[in-house]
Formats: sequence, C-alpha cells, structure tokens
Amino acid sequence: MRKFLEIINTLDRRWIFVFIGLAVSLPLFFPIGIKFSVSHPVQGFYHTIEKIPDGSKILMSCDFDPGSMPELYPMTITALEQMFRKDLKVIITCLWPAGPPLVERALAHVGAEYNKQKGIDYVHLGFKEGKEVVMVSMGASIPNTFPTDYHGTPVSEIPIMQGVTNYREVAMLVNISAGYPGTKEWVQQVQSRYQIDIVSGCTAVSAPEYYPYYQTGQLKGLLGGMKGAAEYEKLVGIMGLGTRGMDAQSVSHLMVFAFILIGNLAYFILKFMKRKESV
Amino acid sequence: MRKEVPLIITFLAGAFFIADYFIPHKDFSDIAQRINGWTIIVIAFAYVLGVANVARVNLDYIQRKGKDTPYKIVLLICLLFMMTVGIIWGIGEGTIFDWLFINVYTSMQAMMFALLAFYIASAAFRAFRIRSVQASLLAITAVLVMIGRVPIGEAIWKDFSNFSEWIMNVPQLAGKRAILIGAALGAISTGLKVLVGLERTHLGQD
Repeated sequence: MRKFLEIINTLDRRWIFVFIGLAVSLPLFFPIGIKFSVSHPVQGFYHTIEKIPDGSKILMSCDFDPGSMPELYPMTITALEQMFRKDLKVIITCLWPAGPPLVERALAHVGAEYNKQKGIDYVHLGFKEGKEVVMVSMGASIPNTFPTDYHGTPVSEIPIMQGVTNYREVAMLVNISAGYPGTKEWVQQVQSRYQIDIVSGCTAVSAPEYYPYYQTGQLKGLLGGMKGAAEYEKLVGIMGLGTRGMDAQSVSHLMVFAFILIGNLAYFILKFMKRKESV
Repeated sequence: MRKEVPLIITFLAGAFFIADYFIPHKDFSDIAQRINGWTIIVIAFAYVLGVANVARVNLDYIQRKGKDTPYKIVLLICLLFMMTVGIIWGIGEGTIFDWLFINVYTSMQAMMFALLAFYIASAAFRAFRIRSVQASLLAITAVLVMIGRVPIGEAIWKDFSNFSEWIMNVPQLAGKRAILIGAALGAISTGLKVLVGLERTHLGQD
C-alpha cells in the first residue's frame, strides 16, 4: 500500500501525458454531446451584433496567430456567419503579423457559403505594424492607415470602403484577441476615446483580464476560449469547431481534477502514515 | 546638449499626444495623424533590423561551431526560403508561401500550444497539494472554475456554471481590478516622470 502511494505521489509525468492524450482524443472520435447553457457575456456578444441594423458596416480586428487558432478560429468563423446572415459589411484588419492568412481562410470558407463578394460585402485590409499607434491612427483615418487591402488593391477603389473615414462610419468593433495588442488596447485606445461599442472574443487564459471591462460596459460582450466559442455557436445555431471540442475539454478538465484529487489523497495518507510511524 | 535635446524631444512629443487626446480639433488631429504615420514607418523598419539581427547573431554562432549549430542553419535556411518565396511569388491564397504557412507553420504553432495541455496537467498534479490554507483556497477555486467552465460541470450540478461565473465576476474581478488600477497608476506616474525628465532609462542611463 505504502509503495503504491509513493509511486502515485511521485508519478512519472509521462503517465499523466498518456492519460491527458486519451482524455483529449477519445471524445473527438466518440462524442458524448454534453449539454450546456449560454453565459451572460456570450449573450452580450451575440445581442450587440444582432442589434446592429442590417447592412451596416462593422470593423473586425483579428489579432491572433496559429498558436491560438483552436480557441479563436471557431469564434471568428461564427462571428462572420452571424454578420453575413445579417448582411453586415465587414472591414477586417490584423494587428498580428501571422493573422492575415487565417482571415483569408475564414473568409474563403464563410464568404463562399453566403455568396458574399470581396470588396462589396467584406474587405480584408491585412496586417499593419504599430500596435496602439495603428488603433489611434485609424481614429483619424482608416484609408490613410491602410492605403491598400491585403491583396494590394487601393482602398479608394474598393466599394465597401466608400464613405469610410474613421470609427464614426462603423457601427461597432468585433475584436478577436490572443493577447497584446488586442482587446485591452482596443478598449484603452479606442473605446474610451471614440465611444464605439466593442465586443471581444479571446483565449480562456486572457478572459479574466477582460472581465473588469465587461462589467463596466466598456466591452458589450465577451467570448472566453473554446467554451465561449461553443456557447456562441449555440446562439447562432451552428454546430462548429467550438461545440465539437467541448466534450474533449470536459473530459480533460475532469481528468486534471482526478489527478489533483489522487495526488492529494496520496500525499495526505502518506503524511498520516509517517506521523503514525514516528509516534 | 546630448542629454537636453532628447529630453526636450521626449517632453514635446509626450505633451503633444496628451493634448491630442483632449483636443478634438481637425488641424491638431491632422498633425497627430502625420506623426503617427511616421511612427508606423519607423516601427516597420524595426522589422528589417530584426531580421538583420537574427541573421547576424545566428551567423556568429555558426562560425563559432556551437552545439546548436545545425538548428541555427535550419533557422537561417527557413528564414531565407520563406522570404524568397514570399517576395518572388507573393503571399496571397494559393501561393507557395500560403501553402507552407497553412500546412507547416500553422500546424507547428498549434502543436506548441497543444503541448501546454500536457504540461498544465502535470504541473497541476504537483502544484495543487493542499499544504496550507492559502494553497487549499487556490486548489479549491481552481478546481471549481475548471469544472464550472466546461459542460460537464453543468451535468454534475445545474448551477455549477453560474457559481463559476460568480467566482469570475466577484472575487476574481475584485483582485484583477485592484491590479489593473495599481498598474495604471504606476504607468501614469512613470509616464509623468519620463515627460519631466526624472526617469531617464530610455536615454541609456540611470
């Protein structure tokens, strides 16, 4: 018994890796379909977009790269679905250098599904270095900050960009954020200064940082990680990557909990045994 | 003059952009916009310097024949290759650059991120030992949030996600807001010190 507990107490981490690997992969092959409800921050995200009049122009900043793709790509796809269904005109920017190819991929996927035309229903302005400076610069002039789109077409020749000068001409900002620069900077540099409504989709690890902004109303909605993406998919009514990942995330979280519990039990029983022996 | 001129430039630039925040006048915004444009160009040049620096540091290492030389060679070859295909054939959809980005870079970065799941599980197993009151609070809260933020929490207890949300909205938020306000006050104070020349580390001296 004691030897077994000592093995548990000093368990080789490779065993933990094996169990976590199984906990993540098995539910992907054999879905359980656990039901879940939609939280308030996610409802806020959905309803803020839903309240925008059909046909309005929306600014979307996709500030992420492939590292956070599993969490943020599903919500990017779903946000585009919701916006295209409402016939909103989407102007997309990137403040992360590796973001544009992912945006192109998302637009190719969702744009084709809704028969949306490049330059008329959406435009991808690509990446611009400068972080907060770019955000502030867009407040003065979006065409001056992004003179061409991702493919090199001058913005003056793009129909959707006609009449767009700065934040005043867009109904709201949808930000998909993996860190810096991202939601925090958009709130600090743009929301407080130009009074534009912002909703954010972010990684689970950075969601706690944005809760203060959600509570103060500086963020109208918040999607935190894959769970947020799954709840959002439920509201939009699609079965996407977020929902499909929920079973794997549930089982792996349960597995981590089991490891914490077993580790503590072994630790305490061993401690009790040692104390008993010393007495 | 070597000290005074940079300090004057710092003060004028800082004061101008603080004023720009509060003065919504078109002429003033136009000047700010022009300076922002210069800033973006200067930052873009930093990328060129960055690439040159990566090349220089790694070439030095290769010349010294350190133990990681093969990795440095791979890094430089990949850097040059991606730059070459991007410049010659473009970076749009369907190009070689795009194919490599989606099929190599994306997969590798996703793999690095996915590794976190394994390391977090291993770290949680060792770190969340209930050795003190503080450690107990940390472990219990972590478990409640962890289970409450996935659907299985609701399957166990229907209000689990509401309870987890309460933890996020009340105790977590109180702590986070305190940190945010503290950091903001610190940033304001450091900013003022830089503007008036009391803080000079950006000039390369204490």
